[in-house]
Amino acid sequence: MYTLMVDDIHQKFGTHEVLKGISLRARKGDVISIIGSSGSGKSTFLRCINFLETPCAGSVALGAHVLHAPSAGRRSSALQRELIEVRTKLAMVFQHFNLWAHMTVLENVIEAPLHVLSISRDEAVARARKYLAKVGLNAGVEAKYPSQLSGGQQQRVAIARALAMEPEVMLFDEPTSALDPELVGEVLKVMQALAEEGRTMIVVTHEMGFAREVSSHVIFLHQGRIEEQGPPQRLFQQPSSERLQQFLRGSLK
Amino acid sequence: MIEILQQYWLAYLWSDGQRLSGLGMTLLLLLATIGIGFPLSVLLAVARVSARRRLRVPVYLYTYFFRGTPLYIQLLIIYSGVYSLQLVQQQPDLNQFFQDGFNCALLAFVLNTSAYTTEILAGAIRSIPHGEIEAAEAFGMSRWAMYRHIILPAALRRALPNYSNEVILILHATPIAFTATVPELLKVARDVNSATYASFEAFGTAALIYAAVSFLIVWIFRRLERRWLAFLHTGSH
Repeated sequence: MYTLMVDDIHQKFGTHEVLKGISLRARKGDVISIIGSSGSGKSTFLRCINFLETPCAGSVALGAHVLHAPSAGRRSSALQRELIEVRTKLAMVFQHFNLWAHMTVLENVIEAPLHVLSISRDEAVARARKYLAKVGLNAGVEAKYPSQLSGGQQQRVAIARALAMEPEVMLFDEPTSALDPELVGEVLKVMQALAEEGRTMIVVTHEMGFAREVSSHVIFLHQGRIEEQGPPQRLFQQPSSERLQQFLRGSLK
Repeated sequence: MIEILQQYWLAYLWSDGQRLSGLGMTLLLLLATIGIGFPLSVLLAVARVSARRRLRVPVYLYTYFFRGTPLYIQLLIIYSGVYSLQLVQQQPDLNQFFQDGFNCALLAFVLNTSAYTTEILAGAIRSIPHGEIEAAEAFGMSRWAMYRHIILPAALRRALPNYSNEVILILHATPIAFTATVPELLKVARDVNSATYASFEAFGTAALIYAAVSFLIVWIFRRLERRWLAFLHTGSH
């Protein structure tokens, strides 16, 4: 039984077709890495999963909830309601962290559980402390604002914020691309720990090491299509397509 | 100077013998203008940045008109112009409302300050990084929750420095209410001037009071900014 089923997603910007029918299946505990050169559509695909970008065609199914791409382009109110349900179960971590700048670290982490899941403040704070500790941040940062933290710390807060929703699937959109090289490690380590405790994760990444070592399945996108996919051992050791061979030669220098 | 203060201090500050006057009236006008204008501006600012033309365009036309014409003329239109309309005179409620100079002054001030404040707040809403709004969407917040918990708290904080200027500008515009016979601070100063011919002392006293109130406003906003804008100051890493 699959936790998340994404079927035949198409996306167009103007006349340019960015995604030409992409599907993905995730079982509980899967860590799926999506790799590809820039412009291959991998971030767009991830953003179509939670409808941050509304796809032109295709569907997303999570548990009992199904989202169909709206035919007329506009979202119906029924879709909107279903979408909110799905989004509370799909937490996202962004390339540029996207923390709420006017809130302290603690407020950032309790905000969505408080106002979306409607849990009590005490419970939200307890959750926040638990997940901040899990991403390796001590109590000293709770009262700080995002602007007072390093990029690596901000991204770990963003991961704690996503964890606090206790989501079924976590989406990571190039979580280390905006970080200074020496800060990438601390974020990857946190992500690896999450993968090891069995969380379901979909990760768009340029970190080939992470894709190879941590993920259970790798998808290689090229020009809006899945060029090749499979377990990381096979994909990285015996890439069958010309494009993937080329891509790996370029990125594994 | 001393004699003027001894004789007229009560009128300058609080009462001309029959009704509220001077500083008291000026502050009443200022606070009522802010108290009505600010919440109104929050609603209008949300409409101003709306994706829907039906909401956005009327608000734009409103702010364009009220920022594009002098407050003095706006007050004259409301106080003299509107009251001269048949339609208004035939409606007892409207007739009564527009007969009162204070009502007219307050209405003009509210409409004027709301136009400026709406643009200040709309600018602050637009200045929120798009990623922060996207994050709220991605976590499943409804539009309403997003405005209430993310967008407005962020925008109101960012608007504070500009809004403090606007409040001081309203304070300095309150003497215009004199046109509608409202006995605010400048009206008292003029009365003292005509009674004593001591122009320097009469107007100088009023100027000092305005300066003191401005100083107080600046001080209050400074404190608010220290509290609510702390997030903009980057600490040492």
